[in-house]
Amino acid sequence: MWRRSASFILEKREQGNAAADSSSKPESLSLSPPQSSSMADAFQNPNSSNPKISAYYQTRAAHHGVVTSDWLAQAQAAVGRHSDDQAPSEPDVPAAASSEPGKPFSVIDEFNNWRKQPDLAEAVAAIRALATVIRSSEATTMMELEIELKKASDSLKSWDTTSISLTAGCDLFLRYVTRTSALEYEDFNSAKSRLIERAEKFGEISYKARRIIAMLSQDFIFDGCTILVHGFSRVVLEVLKTAAQTKKLFRVFCTEGRPDRTGLRLSNELAKLDVPVKLLIDSAVAYTMDEVDMVFVGADGVVESGGIINMMGTYQIALVAHSMNKPVYVAAESYKFARLYPLDQKDMAPALRPIDFGVPIPSKVEVERSARDYTPPHYLTLLFTDLGVLTPSVVSDELIQLYL
Amino acid sequence: MDSRRTPRSVIDPKVRQVGFFAPPDRTNSGQPDPISSSSSSPSPPAANISPSGNSLSPVMIPPPRHSSDSRPVPFVPHPASPLRRESIPAGSSYNPSDFYPPATSPTAASPSSFACRMPVGGYGEFSEDVVALSPGRAFRGSSVRASASSSFPGGGFDLTALKASSVPASELTTVSVFNLPPGIAEKAGGAFVEMQNDRHVSSKAAKEKTTKAERRALQEAQRAAKAAAKAEGNKIPGTGSSAVTSVNVKPAKGVKAALQKNDSVSVAASEKKVADRPVEKDRKKDVPQPRMQYDDRSRVEKAKRRAVVYQTEARNRVELFRHLPQYEHGTQLPDLESKFFQLDPVHPAVYKVGLQYLSGNISGGNARCIAMLRAFQEAIKDYSTPPEKNLGRDLTAKLSSYVSFLIECRPLSISMGNAIRFLKGRIAKLPLTLSESEAKALLQSDISRFISEKIILADKVIVKHAVTKIRDGDVLLTYGSSSAVEMILLHAHELGKQFRVVIVDSRPKLEGQLLLRRLVGKGLNCTYAHINAVSYIMHEVSRVFLGASSVLCNGTVYSRVGTACVAMVAHAFRVPVLVCCEAYKFHERVQLDSICANELGDPDAISKVPGREDINSLKHLASSEKLQLLNLIYDATPSDYISMIITDYGMVPPTSVPVIVREYRREHLWI
Repeated sequence: MWRRSASFILEKREQGNAAADSSSKPESLSLSPPQSSSMADAFQNPNSSNPKISAYYQTRAAHHGVVTSDWLAQAQAAVGRHSDDQAPSEPDVPAAASSEPGKPFSVIDEFNNWRKQPDLAEAVAAIRALATVIRSSEATTMMELEIELKKASDSLKSWDTTSISLTAGCDLFLRYVTRTSALEYEDFNSAKSRLIERAEKFGEISYKARRIIAMLSQDFIFDGCTILVHGFSRVVLEVLKTAAQTKKLFRVFCTEGRPDRTGLRLSNELAKLDVPVKLLIDSAVAYTMDEVDMVFVGADGVVESGGIINMMGTYQIALVAHSMNKPVYVAAESYKFARLYPLDQKDMAPALRPIDFGVPIPSKVEVERSARDYTPPHYLTLLFTDLGVLTPSVVSDELIQLYL
Repeated sequence: MDSRRTPRSVIDPKVRQVGFFAPPDRTNSGQPDPISSSSSSPSPPAANISPSGNSLSPVMIPPPRHSSDSRPVPFVPHPASPLRRESIPAGSSYNPSDFYPPATSPTAASPSSFACRMPVGGYGEFSEDVVALSPGRAFRGSSVRASASSSFPGGGFDLTALKASSVPASELTTVSVFNLPPGIAEKAGGAFVEMQNDRHVSSKAAKEKTTKAERRALQEAQRAAKAAAKAEGNKIPGTGSSAVTSVNVKPAKGVKAALQKNDSVSVAASEKKVADRPVEKDRKKDVPQPRMQYDDRSRVEKAKRRAVVYQTEARNRVELFRHLPQYEHGTQLPDLESKFFQLDPVHPAVYKVGLQYLSGNISGGNARCIAMLRAFQEAIKDYSTPPEKNLGRDLTAKLSSYVSFLIECRPLSISMGNAIRFLKGRIAKLPLTLSESEAKALLQSDISRFISEKIILADKVIVKHAVTKIRDGDVLLTYGSSSAVEMILLHAHELGKQFRVVIVDSRPKLEGQLLLRRLVGKGLNCTYAHINAVSYIMHEVSRVFLGASSVLCNGTVYSRVGTACVAMVAHAFRVPVLVCCEAYKFHERVQLDSICANELGDPDAISKVPGREDINSLKHLASSEKLQLLNLIYDATPSDYISMIITDYGMVPPTSVPVIVREYRREHLWI
């Protein structure tokens, strides 16, 4: 039905008989492209086009502000800009923050509290939880507060040691929030409120990251393209959702994602959006690769080399795509940037998982149970992050700027 | 013959003016000279040239005789002018008889040393961080020399000599004294000289009369002069030069006349340095990559000259590497050693380090850098600002002269260049309000801090990072002997990690054997292989750890020759290659090959196997003009073959080197 070429679709659309494929699609298909794109802009503008730009710049300014330590001006400017769009976009913050009183405060509880929100990434939950730590802290000196924060982040990290984004998010938060040279010039309370400000801003940035990435990646999804997706990634879903909402015409190949069936879940979500989806078994990637225009994957963590750590199978998909000269795009929020540098697949803490083969496996047979693999930067084309669209090598630059 | 004439005729008119006309004219005429104006500031050439007018000719670069077989003057191997070509054979043929006997005595050695130092003093400014420039200076000097010589057709000698006495002092006048013998030697020595360069011969006609005995007398005079100069304190350059010019006129002048020449040489050299300095700085700003620039020009020059390069000189140098300073080993050491106790502009500590470089006692980037910095520390400790001089400027000039001395001993490594740049930056930023002792103390502590922070602590951090990449059961391969890698291996062993080490080594230095010895001594499991076997051994290796002399801005790793080979084989076997390098060795230069910047080792080292008569088949071929020996010291590994660079800033991909360089420079500003 679908072919590789975009012209085929346009042609088809002109003929106006595209309805054969999906019953709900014809209206959108019959739209002419310029119309649809302008429609898309109009559609996107109210909810995030303005915040997108500002948040993007804020993120960058804030990140550089941390490093160059002249954050004061920037932070204030950013906060000033920030205050208008913070209120509408985040109604749930006060609610969640206020749900914490009563019992003795614990980061983990707070973290889990935040995690209950389905849409909130783990790292963002952690960042929010850490922000609450600052808010509810009874420390009286900066050092104390810092130590408290450190402890909290350590306990968060130890809560799930295999989660790269959690660790990276905590680290980045500490960096971002506490590395402010201006703190010395202020009294503790104002310093603390500044920290809270920064913490919330960071939480906000992280929260919005997904939207920003979705917006940034729209330029890369063209009409008639075929996108191969591996695993279930909320960022990728957001990207595809945004593309579908902007009336882009594309289809998605979902890998099955054994053993957790993450691909099935994604295909469900996409089907709800009326995006044509085809499910593949994981081993059919190479078979279908010549139909694919681009590979879109999320990431558990982006490591210093610019490579990614992601669900098992990403590496082989990237390899196949590379050998067939298909671009591999990674959608990942910047809080997933981790100071890790795996040299090869075995050079990282394995995240093991049970695998159900459906039949009993003899005990003598070993099972590879690692849940994720490492894709070297060599095989990635671009990374869509809230810092912008980056080549893999820029990741390290950003990390160096953040951490040095 | 023709090929030589054409370039000369091009250069001639300009430089003739330079030699004989009034100072303003000189500077003006000096500028148009494409070589001198681009390779250095206009004024230094003028300074150089004016004296060359009074002296005869092949003066600027002191007797290449030293370089040709006794001294490692780095730039001499570049045949910059036809004259030099002639003078070199002369030197080589005459040295044994004329110069060696005196050379055995310390005093006689001195003229040669001064002669050689002189140009170096000039190019010391370049050398602080850019080794490559040195040849550029040599180049310019020689071109000047060439043209100057050509400007004295026939018996121009006396006339110029007379003129010289009125010309203000400059190192060139003095050096011309030393140059006499080779000139004469040339005359007497080579039939080919006449055949090749009739004009030059005529210029030397005046000298021609001097016999061997006279030359000997001249040498005696020089020797005496040297001895006397030791006793003499500072002399005003003017007197020195006049004395020397008089020597010029009458080679066998008395001791008195000659005796100042030492002073004048050194003083003039430093003077020239000072004069050059500001302009050099400007030039440096304008030209970010002086080394490359030189390289280009040298190629042009080389092409001009290729046909007539004298064989003995070309023997050791491969065509492609002519632009590199030839580093010859051995004979110069006693020379230098004998000078150790003489009154010298070089501080003894620096001198010692220089000799150690020369003899190879200190090798390895960190060791050399630390030794140099410690020597500078000593020198600063003993330093006192001369009256009416500014500490900052004078000390910088002094350091430059030390550095140029060290370059003579062995070309600087990039890490040393960075360290020198750091030190000079510190000197330049000294607050003017500081007293001398405070400033000195500050500088000394700065140096100590540099050593401890940028080298010693950096190594510790590197070890800490690198050890996380060593797992039980690993087989680690290393090449040559890198101090950082050694520390990593030992530390991992201390941590109880179970791993095996493969040490790959190569001729001629076989540094790996020393490493092997130390590692085995500590109880590590080692395998030793030569680089020939690297493709065989690589399949069992799980990590390759390499040291680096420098990491350049495009991620290229500049390291011991052979490193690129190992890295490429490892890459082909999909073995991760980890390069351990302190961030102070990073350099903002971009280099794509190992040709344009490199160091040449002693060619004999690869042609001879000591103690193995049975395989020394090249023994009698060494002098063959058909044989070119290339002993490269470094090579450049493209960043594609590097998986990771471990620095004191963490583990970064090679693509991030520019970021580190940027941050690092900024940090320098902060210091």
